[in-house]
Amino acid sequence: MKTEIISSGFGGQGALTIGKFLAKAGMREGLNVSWLPSYGPEMRGGTANVSAVISDKPIASPLVSFPDILVALNQPSIDKFGPNIREGGLLISNTDMCPKGTNRKDITVIEAPMNKIAKEIGNIMVLNMVAIGIVIGKTGIVKYKTLEEDLSKFLKKKNPELLEANLKAIKKGIEIGKK
Amino acid sequence: MAEKVLMKGNEAVAEAAIRAGCRLYFAYPITPQSELIEYMAKMLPKVDGTFVQAESEVAAINMVYGASGTGRRVMTSSSSPGISLKMEGISYIAGANLPAVIINVQRGGPGLGDIQPAQGDYFQATKGGGHGDYRLIVLAPSTVQEFADLADLAFDLGDKYRNPVMILSDGLLGQMMEPVEFKPAKTEEEMEELNKQHYDWCMHSNEDEPNHHHHEINSLEIDPLVLEQHVIKLGKKYDEITKNEQRHEEYNISKDNEVVVVAFGTAARIAKSAIDELQEEGISVGMIRPITVWPYPYDAIKNVLHDKVEKVVVCELNLGQMIEDVKLAVNGKLPVEFLGKVGGILFTPAEIKAKILDK
Repeated sequence: MKTEIISSGFGGQGALTIGKFLAKAGMREGLNVSWLPSYGPEMRGGTANVSAVISDKPIASPLVSFPDILVALNQPSIDKFGPNIREGGLLISNTDMCPKGTNRKDITVIEAPMNKIAKEIGNIMVLNMVAIGIVIGKTGIVKYKTLEEDLSKFLKKKNPELLEANLKAIKKGIEIGKK
Repeated sequence: MAEKVLMKGNEAVAEAAIRAGCRLYFAYPITPQSELIEYMAKMLPKVDGTFVQAESEVAAINMVYGASGTGRRVMTSSSSPGISLKMEGISYIAGANLPAVIINVQRGGPGLGDIQPAQGDYFQATKGGGHGDYRLIVLAPSTVQEFADLADLAFDLGDKYRNPVMILSDGLLGQMMEPVEFKPAKTEEEMEELNKQHYDWCMHSNEDEPNHHHHEINSLEIDPLVLEQHVIKLGKKYDEITKNEQRHEEYNISKDNEVVVVAFGTAARIAKSAIDELQEEGISVGMIRPITVWPYPYDAIKNVLHDKVEKVVVCELNLGQMIEDVKLAVNGKLPVEFLGKVGGILFTPAEIKAKILDK
């Protein structure tokens, strides 16, 4: 099974980190993974994005042209990558920043007000963790436990409050994804 | 087994170089290889190494030249336009019979070009670049793991033949993260052993020490008869490298192959996706992926052109450079077709499939 993901948003929303945590968790679970960021100049308000591939077989091309999953943290991301989502694929969109959404009918769409959820948890920075939660809640591509272990490793001592907020955000995302 | 870590190619090759005993590194930043110099700046001081951000690429390669004369493992890195600036120094290093590792994380060219992945420096790396009769050993990785592994090999080959070695990578391999497993770092004793191997030619400045040694390290031979002998000797070394050091990977090679693809580095990764998809559709396509692009594995290609093979397809992220070597290998026996992308654009597996199926 190979899952190809594009995660995209404004610079600073944590789109690249979404791909990184999913890839890292996949690696810890013994899967093959790759993470390829866009590193060119991006216009302010544009789409910082990453291709992440998680697969039980070796990964040939790390470049994702037609994603199974698009995580869109802002509207430009849907406009740019939405048309390329595979038929039957999954769009996870942050409704707080995606006013127009998508008009595609041949994909599954999960919408969540990620900014709002993150603010309620008490830290706007964890909005990307809500998105990760939705991905794993819906697809089970990696386990919550793996993410928790990984986050704990470098946040437990340094910033336990931030760790707590991150885990809360992932759990909230999982709830939404499972609905 | 060591634990796997998720790392960018640029960082992985830097870590592998340090583990291989590189303690001297001189470079100037340039996208898309800046994580490499950043990593060295951070880590080399922790292992008593020397890191210098030079004032230019020209200065950096000449620092490499000087440092290499001490017999220690030394490295520099850059991306395409910066590598062009290093070419004079590389020719001097080759002429002086010195080992050094040079990493090129290629980007789009010519000129300043752009910062996206490309393979337009193949000719420069494998056919010259600098002046004179010299050869670089050129290694072309296609995964982050291999990028790291080749650092180790590059230092070993450099020492073995006293020759500069280039790792010809690209922006995609530099920027992408993949799981990587490192070999254990060389111990102090192992490094001392490595240094001793160079005592018969390297400089050792301290005359008070018992094993001090003076040697002339130079690429200038003003007497034509002396230079003639020197270059003939270099030629013999290149013959030996050609005989001993060809490396390649065979992918899906079988007697059923209808088409054989030849691609290196990032292009080969993408071709693998196309080959896998075609295999599922019942079309057998094999691939030769040169790992040493100099010395070039001509025989490896020649040996897999079985009866059923109708054509050879070369895929490169340039206008067609390695295809000249593939044509030498095929030697007119079969059509050799080309698929290229330039400007830092990658081809998709679908485009490679279409080229393979095109009759």
